[in-house]
Amino acid sequence: MHLRFLVCIKQVPETTEAKINPKTGTLIREGIPSIINPFDMYALEEGIRLRDRLGGEVVVMSMGPPQAQAAVKEAIALGVDRGILLSDPAFAGADTLATAYTLAKGVEKLGGADLIICGKQASDGDTAQVGPGLAEELDLPHATYVRKISAITAGEITVERLVEGGIEVLRMPLPALLTVVKEINEPRLPSLKGVMRAKRAEVPTWGQAELGTDPARTGITGSPTQVVQVFTPELRRQGELLAGTAAEQAAVLIERLRAAAMI
Amino acid sequence: MDFDLTEEHRLIRRTVREFVDREVLPYAAGWEEEGSLPERVFGVMKELDLFGLPFPEAYGGVGSDYLAYILAVEEIGRASGSLGLTYAAHVSLGAAAFHHFGSEEQKRRWLVPCARGEVLAAFALTEPDAGSDAGGIQTAAVRDGCEWVINGTKCFITNGSLAGYVVIAAITDREKGIRGISNLVVPAGTPGFHIGPGYRKLGLRASDTVELVFEDCRVPVDHLLGSPGDGLRQSLRVLDGGRISIAALSTGIAQACLDASLIYARERVQFGRSISGFQAIQFKLADMATEVDLARLAAWRAAWLKDHHRPYTREAAMAKLFASEACVRAALEAVQIHGGYGYTEEYPVARYLRDAKLMTIGEGTSEIQRLVIARQLGC
Ligand SMILES: Cc1cc2nc3c(=O)[nH]c(=O)nc-3n(C[C@H](O)[C@H](O)[C@H](O)COP(=O)(O)OP(=O)(O)OC[C@H]3O[C@@H](n4cnc5c(N)ncnc54)[C@H](O)[C@@H]3O)c2cc1C
Repeated sequence: MHLRFLVCIKQVPETTEAKINPKTGTLIREGIPSIINPFDMYALEEGIRLRDRLGGEVVVMSMGPPQAQAAVKEAIALGVDRGILLSDPAFAGADTLATAYTLAKGVEKLGGADLIICGKQASDGDTAQVGPGLAEELDLPHATYVRKISAITAGEITVERLVEGGIEVLRMPLPALLTVVKEINEPRLPSLKGVMRAKRAEVPTWGQAELGTDPARTGITGSPTQVVQVFTPELRRQGELLAGTAAEQAAVLIERLRAAAMI
Repeated sequence: MDFDLTEEHRLIRRTVREFVDREVLPYAAGWEEEGSLPERVFGVMKELDLFGLPFPEAYGGVGSDYLAYILAVEEIGRASGSLGLTYAAHVSLGAAAFHHFGSEEQKRRWLVPCARGEVLAAFALTEPDAGSDAGGIQTAAVRDGCEWVINGTKCFITNGSLAGYVVIAAITDREKGIRGISNLVVPAGTPGFHIGPGYRKLGLRASDTVELVFEDCRVPVDHLLGSPGDGLRQSLRVLDGGRISIAALSTGIAQACLDASLIYARERVQFGRSISGFQAIQFKLADMATEVDLARLAAWRAAWLKDHHRPYTREAAMAKLFASEACVRAALEAVQIHGGYGYTEEYPVARYLRDAKLMTIGEGTSEIQRLVIARQLGC
């Protein structure tokens, strides 16, 4: 069987504590280097491992500005066979809906994939919507928060999902889409030979013309999401210290919890 | 003029940095206690293709350049001087000799496994009675049919007991004086090639440094690297390149001194304020930062010249001289900033100081660098 694994990645600012400009409410990106969304590193690793185990190819796709080519190349350095960048001024300002639509058009142009793998969410937007959105656009079954692929054959995949309080085992027909969590594997470092291969690799850019996207459904025009306000929540750590002996403190605590209907 | 690293160099540096943070930094102090480097770290470096970084793909390398290699040495040096020296002796001394001077056949035989990281290489020039005076070596190889018979002693050889191939300088034609010196390749395990015990060193204890003794040690005639009588010239050229790596290693250690000192100076409170508030400490840190930057720039320039096939003997010697002495100054000040704690093993700066001192000695002492520079000036 010749399987095609497709990994969708996003380029994000390298910081876990991105600052927000209080005046404009947007992320301050100046001077912050860009990296592959950390959650997508697990998706890439899984895609590469599947390809190494089962053969076929692993392709990486990213929608973003021209600079996002660096993220695609980094994925190639890690061991992905080839990469495609979806980039067009018309795609700028896309919310999760418009992004999922654009990526779906990219997958169609690619000729589909047997398994699409995404990170569970992007570290900058934190919505976790693009993966499932893409599956819906392509009318594919999907599983989110996958922590393990237990079995995969040409027609079927069995996965373990991390759900609150337990593990859910799902079996789906292929093609399908997964979003993965960090428990699934330990991402590798790129090899230096990979870096050189990536340097030489051609990354085709597909825009509106190549994808035949409907301008009403891409970029800011195709994005119904309206950001009303972005703010840094005030850190409030108001603890209360109870006084008295241990027994007295315990009594007060129980009383408080009862009053709050917590016990 | 462009001071930006290319995307390729940035990505290589980031990859090596991540490797170092994960696989070297947490263990480096322990390796010094053990007095050796673990197999595991070599395995990871092989997976990363680190050993073949500046060598052509046709010979099993990565096909990047010397600057990329210099970036890698600095990153490794920042965490472990011992691993940095081991790596540098392999790439820019042993393997570089194969790359620069080996015939096509010799490159296939020796450079390929070195570039792939399958074996380590060593370069043995120094002898008990010939250090700075490299032309004064006594080890001799006498032709016997289709073999060279080697007798002599080499000392202070980095990677000497780990290497699969050792390049040794030997007199092959006594009549011709320094033009009668050739470099011979001796594989590990060759009968008559004995490895002495390691030295008890001030620092860099996890790095393998040994004495090598050759007693009627026979190698085939085609183990002579390049052409006969070319040995001293080859060695000096190899050392030109090697010096850039010592400059980078020094920069890495000096950077580690600065990083540790900055953290400590901010945390340590005396007289009711953090000691980084005292101008006396600030000036030390400012000097360290300035010298680290200049050392790095000097190393980068020398590497850039080498990559562009321009003369770099002078610049390599300057980079090595400045960076190694800056490294010792940085390490001394790092200990000073740490006070009594700096004199203990509780903080890494004592180790940095021990390691730093080799930088002004190996691959030509500071005095020899000054001689090289003066000669380049026309003295
Ligand atoms: C840890 C370690 C690793 C090493 N690794 C290797 C290796 O892999 N391969 C290898 O071949 N060698 C190696 N060496 C050897 C090293 O290169 C020599 O120690 C160095 O070149 C100095 O030689 P020497 O020790 O004989 O000192 P000497 O040459 O005896 O020097 C003693 C002092 O005299 C000064 N001096 C000498 N000549 C002059 C002059 N003309 N003018 C002014 N001052 C002078 C020197 O600068 C020095 O201060 C290593 C050494 C160490 C300590």
